[in-house]
Amino acid sequence: MIAEAGLAALWFAAALAGLQILLAVLGVRRGDAIGDQARDGIRAVAIVQGALALLAMALLIALFLRSDMSVRLVAENSHSAKPWLYKFAGAWGNHEGSMLLWVTILGVAGAAVARFERVLDGRTLVATLGAQAGIALGFYAFLLFSSNPFDRIPAAIDGMGLNPLLQDPGLAFHPPTLYAGYVGLSVAFSFAVGALVTRDVGPAFARAMRPWVLGAWVFLTLGITAGSYWAYYELGWGGWWFWDPVENASLMPWLAATALLHSVNVLAARDGLRAWTVMLAVVAFSMSMLGTFLVRSGILTSVHAFAVDPKRGAFILALLALYIGGALALFAGRIGTVKAGTVFAPVSREGGLVVNNLLLSVILGVVLIGTLYPIVAAAFGVQLSVGPPFFNKAAGPIALAMVVVMAVGPLLRWRRDDGRALPRRMAVPAGVAAAVLVALLVLAPIGVLPLLGLALAAGLAVASVMPLGGRNLRRTPLPIWGMVVAHLGLAVSLAGMACDSAFTAERLAAVRPGETVTVGPWRVTLDGIAPVVGENWSALQARLTARTGNSVRVLRPQSRFFATPPTVTSESAILTRWNGQLYTVLGQPDGSGRWQVRLWWKPFVTLIWAGGGMIALGGLLALVGRWWRTRRQRRAWN
Amino acid sequence: MRRWLLWVPFGAFALLFAVVASGLFRPADRTVRSTLVDKPLPAFKLGAVVPNKPGLASGDFGHGQARLLNVFASWCVPCMAEAPQLMRLKAMGVPIDAIAIRDTGPAVQGFLKRFGDPYARIGNDRVSRVQLSLGSSGVPETFLIDGRGRIVRQYVGDIQPDQVAGIAAAVKAAQ
Repeated sequence: MIAEAGLAALWFAAALAGLQILLAVLGVRRGDAIGDQARDGIRAVAIVQGALALLAMALLIALFLRSDMSVRLVAENSHSAKPWLYKFAGAWGNHEGSMLLWVTILGVAGAAVARFERVLDGRTLVATLGAQAGIALGFYAFLLFSSNPFDRIPAAIDGMGLNPLLQDPGLAFHPPTLYAGYVGLSVAFSFAVGALVTRDVGPAFARAMRPWVLGAWVFLTLGITAGSYWAYYELGWGGWWFWDPVENASLMPWLAATALLHSVNVLAARDGLRAWTVMLAVVAFSMSMLGTFLVRSGILTSVHAFAVDPKRGAFILALLALYIGGALALFAGRIGTVKAGTVFAPVSREGGLVVNNLLLSVILGVVLIGTLYPIVAAAFGVQLSVGPPFFNKAAGPIALAMVVVMAVGPLLRWRRDDGRALPRRMAVPAGVAAAVLVALLVLAPIGVLPLLGLALAAGLAVASVMPLGGRNLRRTPLPIWGMVVAHLGLAVSLAGMACDSAFTAERLAAVRPGETVTVGPWRVTLDGIAPVVGENWSALQARLTARTGNSVRVLRPQSRFFATPPTVTSESAILTRWNGQLYTVLGQPDGSGRWQVRLWWKPFVTLIWAGGGMIALGGLLALVGRWWRTRRQRRAWN
Repeated sequence: MRRWLLWVPFGAFALLFAVVASGLFRPADRTVRSTLVDKPLPAFKLGAVVPNKPGLASGDFGHGQARLLNVFASWCVPCMAEAPQLMRLKAMGVPIDAIAIRDTGPAVQGFLKRFGDPYARIGNDRVSRVQLSLGSSGVPETFLIDGRGRIVRQYVGDIQPDQVAGIAAAVKAAQ
């Protein structure tokens, strides 16, 4: 009965989404009593629609927790012997469940807009809720007609298990985080469409959209950071970013959201960049839709792509054409009627943000072209894949140029600034960057990109905290703190990336128990190999003793075997020190009593993710600060 | 700003849409090919997994008779779906041998009892070593071995009902 109830909830939610679109059309079109009723009713409909989607998701989770093997999705993706956390997470560790999670977050977000949005003009809000329901209806149709999560099967056998690579607490919560980000961007998109429909693109619309963009951006940042760390420790290849199509699918919306975040601030505070902000809102959501499409259609080969099904791909592609094509056509038809915003001088905070936006867009373009190029090439009968050499060379220099703009931008004044005073303000960060550059040239022979990366990271770190200079720190608004922390976080991340590529020491050795290998400052001894058993796996586990100076530590990397489905995974063992990580992986026996062991010493690699966390924290501070301020203002008015 | 410029994003998207749609609907060959196709079967020797049936070795192939080599497991759900097709092939006179992957005797026996037994011999590949040397990446997979002991074709995934006639013809042609 639970599965049938879930399916019923989905159908009702879909029907309400249809009703919501109808009410939106009436509410926008008609000024009479019917229009008033439609505008009054739409909020309630949106809230109930979100609640029903949430109910469906809760029922699916219940099915997974009870291991109801008569439901096809549970039988194919779960197992009665699985730890409960992974039964729980198994509900979205598959195609159908993850699409239901997506539409649930979408519905709940729509309900939140309906419940809490008070800034926006009534008709624009109604149009926004209509657009949001349009997106939701497409995804409900996708679930109901081609990806039903509540489908039953006749024969009840024990389940097949969750992909062992996904049996990791980090990954259990990685998809919900990313989806919250994608869906936040869908709300921003709906606001943009709503504002275009009612020709109401202005500061009020930007202020309504801003918290959603900020929230989405925080979640995307966290999701990408966590995903990168997961790939790093779980896949056992020692790298933290591979430019895999699926990684790119999450990076592209982030790049667009980052640009949007900055331009929406210009629109909210200074009434500039109107058309550009609307455009970015459309592009950001397009990128999350495109990512969904690339991952779900099987059109690209990737380690992550888990629903290889052209039919589903065609469905998402149709949705993509409808939403993105429709929004871009609306944009082209309407934006000409939107009045130009306030003008500003080229050398100004706005000007800096425009340059930042352009550079972000260029990086986005590079990643997009690199990701899609294999598809274009395949259309001409050529099979190829585009990997790190292209992306690093093409995106790296632009990213470094962007770091320079990031350092300069926050030190500029709004509206117009004195170009001659700028060099004086930039003297300290530029000096620090130059000093680091010279010191590295003298001390360590490293590649050009890591060299520039470290120098610019130092300069950016100094420049990031300079906006705090001369302020009363206790009275500095939280959004300013947010900017400082986020920019500083990027400097920290950049330093980590540069250190990793410049100073990593790698060692692949075949060793007998008792033998010692050295990597970086570490001497690592293989003490022995022994079998161990876990909850639903068995493994061969190596005991490695790592020594440096006076410190002695033990690491236990494993080669793990899962029975359902039969898979072997490498569980790396990582020793974290303040100055870096020792990363160890156990490989295969070579048949003569020796074991392959792979060792990396990665100085300061942890800065990459620490920086990612700081970037997200910066966004959170800005979000909390803005929320606080609106609340105080509302109190003052009442 | 000129009005036509506003349509540039839409045009770019339309172009992207066309490319992606053509990629999606192009009849692509998505199967994973073993690099061993057209090469002799690698040497292996596997013990029996069920008491009343011999094990399997590479020497059993190539005596002038084309044979199918089916890689399967009793725990594999697509293998259950595939079983009727294998039974039909057997009824059409196609000789079939098998390698059981990461399996146990009683489980294989139960599987054969439930879904039928199309196999002449079944080798016991406890740790997937032979499967990997065949360039097979999962279960079920079926290899067509010709009369000289060379791998002619690889069928990835469960054999569908509409493939049966074609496979029977291919076996005949590979004699």
